[in-house]
Amino acid sequence: MKTIDVTLQVWRQDGPADPGHFDTIQVPGVNTDMSFLEMLDLVNERLISDGSEAIVFDHDCREGICGTCSLMINGQAHGPLRGTATCQLHMRTYNDGDTIVIEPWRATAFPVIKDLMVDRSPFDRIVESGGFITAETGGAPDANLIPIPKPVADAAMDAAACISCGACVAACPNSAANLFTAAKVSHLNLLPQGQAERYRRVEAMVDTMEQFFGSCTNHGECQEACPKEISIDFIAIMNKDYLKAKFKNSRLLSRT
Amino acid sequence: MLHLDAKIPDGPLDQKWTSYKFERKLVNPANRRKYDIIVVGTGLAGGAAAATLAEQGYRVKAFTFHDSPRRAHSIAAQGGINAAKNYKADGDSVWRLFYDTIKGGDFRSREANVYRLAEVSVNIIDQMVAQGVPFAREYGGLLDNRSFGGAQVSRTFYARGQTGQQLLLGVYQQMARQVGLGNIELHNRTELVDVVVVDGKAAGIVVRDLVTGEVASHSAHAVIMATGGYSNVFYLSTNAMTCNITADWRAHRKGAAFANACFTQIHPTCIPQSDDFQSKLTLMSESLRNDGRLWVPVNPDDTRSPDQVPESERDYFLERRYPSFGNLAPRDIASRAVKVEVDAGKGVGPLKNGVYLDFSEAMERLGVDTIRERYGNLFEMYERITGESPYKVPMRIYPAPHYTMGGLWVDYELMTTIPGLYSAGEANFSDHGANRLGASALMQGLADGYFVLPNTVSNYLAPQLGTRPVPTDHPEFQAAEAAAKARYDGYVAIGGTKSPDRFHLELGRLMWDYCGMERSRAGLEKALAEIPALHEEFRKDLRVTGDAHSLNQTLEKAARVDDFFELAQLTCLDALTREESCGGHFRVEHQTPDGEALRDDEHFAHVAAWGWTGDPGQPERNVEPLEFENVHLAVRSYK
Amino acid sequence: MATTTVTRPNTRGRGTERRRKPPALVEIYRSAVGKKYVMAITGIMLMGFVFAHMVGNLKMFLGPAQFDHYGHFLRELLVPILPRTVTLWLMRLGLIGAFALHIHAAYALTRMNHAARKVGYKSKRDYIAANYASRTMRWSGIIVGLFIVWHLFDLSWTGTGYHFYRGAAYHNVAASLHRPPVAALYIVANLALGLHLFHGAWSLFQSLGWSNPKFNRLRRNFAAGFATIIVVGNVSFPIAVLAGVVSN
Repeated sequence: MKTIDVTLQVWRQDGPADPGHFDTIQVPGVNTDMSFLEMLDLVNERLISDGSEAIVFDHDCREGICGTCSLMINGQAHGPLRGTATCQLHMRTYNDGDTIVIEPWRATAFPVIKDLMVDRSPFDRIVESGGFITAETGGAPDANLIPIPKPVADAAMDAAACISCGACVAACPNSAANLFTAAKVSHLNLLPQGQAERYRRVEAMVDTMEQFFGSCTNHGECQEACPKEISIDFIAIMNKDYLKAKFKNSRLLSRT
Repeated sequence: MLHLDAKIPDGPLDQKWTSYKFERKLVNPANRRKYDIIVVGTGLAGGAAAATLAEQGYRVKAFTFHDSPRRAHSIAAQGGINAAKNYKADGDSVWRLFYDTIKGGDFRSREANVYRLAEVSVNIIDQMVAQGVPFAREYGGLLDNRSFGGAQVSRTFYARGQTGQQLLLGVYQQMARQVGLGNIELHNRTELVDVVVVDGKAAGIVVRDLVTGEVASHSAHAVIMATGGYSNVFYLSTNAMTCNITADWRAHRKGAAFANACFTQIHPTCIPQSDDFQSKLTLMSESLRNDGRLWVPVNPDDTRSPDQVPESERDYFLERRYPSFGNLAPRDIASRAVKVEVDAGKGVGPLKNGVYLDFSEAMERLGVDTIRERYGNLFEMYERITGESPYKVPMRIYPAPHYTMGGLWVDYELMTTIPGLYSAGEANFSDHGANRLGASALMQGLADGYFVLPNTVSNYLAPQLGTRPVPTDHPEFQAAEAAAKARYDGYVAIGGTKSPDRFHLELGRLMWDYCGMERSRAGLEKALAEIPALHEEFRKDLRVTGDAHSLNQTLEKAARVDDFFELAQLTCLDALTREESCGGHFRVEHQTPDGEALRDDEHFAHVAAWGWTGDPGQPERNVEPLEFENVHLAVRSYK
Repeated sequence: MATTTVTRPNTRGRGTERRRKPPALVEIYRSAVGKKYVMAITGIMLMGFVFAHMVGNLKMFLGPAQFDHYGHFLRELLVPILPRTVTLWLMRLGLIGAFALHIHAAYALTRMNHAARKVGYKSKRDYIAANYASRTMRWSGIIVGLFIVWHLFDLSWTGTGYHFYRGAAYHNVAASLHRPPVAALYIVANLALGLHLFHGAWSLFQSLGWSNPKFNRLRRNFAAGFATIIVVGNVSFPIAVLAGVVSN
């Protein structure tokens, strides 16, 4: 078992109104088999025994699927490993003596709630505006009625792998949520079941997205930060569908 | 004594659900908006119920302590969801799924409930495909299936290694649509802290806003709780960090019976613990056992790397002990078999706390690409956590607490012993008996949420037409709010020395040692003596920093651990009084000479439903006998 | 936090007949995705111009007669169908329009993006994919824009302190670029243009939704190749003048 000593610079902010500051915390004796969040658990345990308030951070499943964890680690969303959420980052990535800077996601749409925790509810607003297939419970036809070619199902699955963690927004120099929205749009727009609402969906979701977030200028930073490695090709798909939606005359839809 | 009426409809098994749906009282579509329904928990069961009830026209208030419904722990299910579609024409049927589930549950669940589960399983797949869940497909475009532990047919639908996430997204999206339409009022980052009962009926809930610490009440005509399971009572489990028993426990303290607490499932394939400070264990999907073979070296002192151990010196212990099911033996059986090997000193890895799960044979037979296609993301996850690649060296696995079959007692309508209070999904005790089969949790959550509750709730609501929910300024609500505030302020005020996590860790260790995979009278008695003492220490020596009037994760944890203490006692007591071994409950006193579980159908073919008496050490044990009219109580053999 | 139904955008009318839509083009331009679309289209127009401009200027190497003839040729495009210089003016108007839209969209999106992160990161960012070109688009754009104004004064309108003869393109180029600081300015501005094109010529595919696994790998190569050709071509002029290859 190998242990290392690291120095943390952690963002502490009491609430949305507090300006916030960095705290420097020495963390000796970190087992390199620990996950990054377990290291923070250890720090919190020590903070509590010193009588201080624990660092607030979002986390839950700790297996990289719930998308609750976040953290800007040394200037990279979810830290340095590609395709890895913070909860799956392990301390063996770091060396003895490293300084690790931890900041919350920063975006106007993601206000800081406390310390490292932010409010990502605009993502829910985007989904609520159109990120669904209207299929009320009970009326579904047999699941094998509509065959879906495997490549289509696979592509939809690639998009659907999004865990809504917000790393794309955090990493984007423009705080754009295009990768998130594109993943959500593409998942449904690629499937035969999603065709009925395809254009309405993309319009509604993009319009909602733009109420909260910046615009995509194709840096590609989101794709690198994404713990599910979702491709920016989906952004192109969304852009194309959005334009089609705008040009389509909705009154002619009945004749297509 | 509690009155436990399961309200099982009359008639032949395959007609019960149909006749229930016809007999039940209905609410006219135009009248539905006159009813308020509270749904606590927005995972598969809660989310599906909220969405469906809102679609039907009821006014729904949904509560989640997560920031978004899409984060509920249903999301972490990897392997798949069962359904009796028989798309593979390999002999599956509703009846077989029913039988497999009853048998897998070691004959400790209700026939009628399980049959209904199997019956609606086919609708679930239809519904989820219509929602846009990208299930795995064959090249021809039809749905693909895989096989899973405890079954000899291929009936498991899956979406890569993230079936839970895809199903939850389907449910969440359907729910989001209703939120967008204004039919669901969604309260996120809001945790249930009490259930309010007025005149013997569920009147509403008291919640705490996790961001502001504010305590508030909500009332409704009916309350549905779908708040998950309690594996975290063991501290180390595969559950998400925030999974807890508080909602169920608060309901229990208000009169809802808690059933079969000792039926906890230990999942055989988890990544072994790497150090003492670990906070969570990671599950590796059971589907891995389709192609992976479990083995240990025959010689306990073998220190060679696994690829150096010749075939003849490997013990494929599951294949040896259970030839017909082999590596696909059900979870409880596989877990105990692994424990037997590790206890015998044959464990592998630096801490000798695991066994190999080896894919080399499958990779040779099917090619690395096929294996990558099937399990790629699981392999990657394993490598991220352990730093070892399963393509090169076998995985190391060890069992870990994973699912709890026990939960709030519910009748056929999923109503608890408090009228108007329903429980769905893992939170109730209903369908899995003493052991849950793989890929059945998603099935049950969705069955409850989509197809059962939306049919049963109206039976309770219909006669209440014209009544208003109890106003939240009712003295019961006021008292519950005051108690909740006092409770949370109280944790902060103790000012002791140990964090809630410390206590949780110690409690978990007691539970794992004495109420884990193997239980004995002496061990359980010891646990029952030590848990209240530890709880007493918790009350005196807890340290919560920060305050109760802002976001405070330490405080949230403290309240959850507090409830775990009381649940832990009930679990041990339930295990102690169930003098048999069945499913996930293995009492060392009750085993066959070759170490298999020994069930006692004569005395324990029943549900133990515990009533709250005010003293967590002295709950009242009630019994609901289980009657098996359609299946023969066989010794569960997977040999 | 408790109730999140407050910030939900108005969803009434969604799914059924909407109020009368403004014309599609107006509506597209209102959205950020649409503005990017406009930037891509205008970008393509400007790229076409830049390319043609560069190729036309290569005639410089053929001597003054050929080069000045090229200028006259442009003015006589489509004569006699249209009167002299009309085609050229139509093209100019198109270019001015493209510039105006390109700049306005860039300005509006920049404002939107600043508003989207009012409080920035306090620690240093470590970018992985966002490169120097993509992150400096607005600066390289401004440099190129200002340069174009200078360029028009320098060689088309008034000259900038040398003996300027209206219409004597070859003479003017040779005279102006003979001054090393001016030549340096041309080189720097073209390097900025190259940087702008390196990202822009790739980015436009994404903005327009032209994505296909078959050619996606080539998009980056196209952008790099296009930027290189433009920069090499354009930088060759000041160098040629300084080296005396082009001189009066």
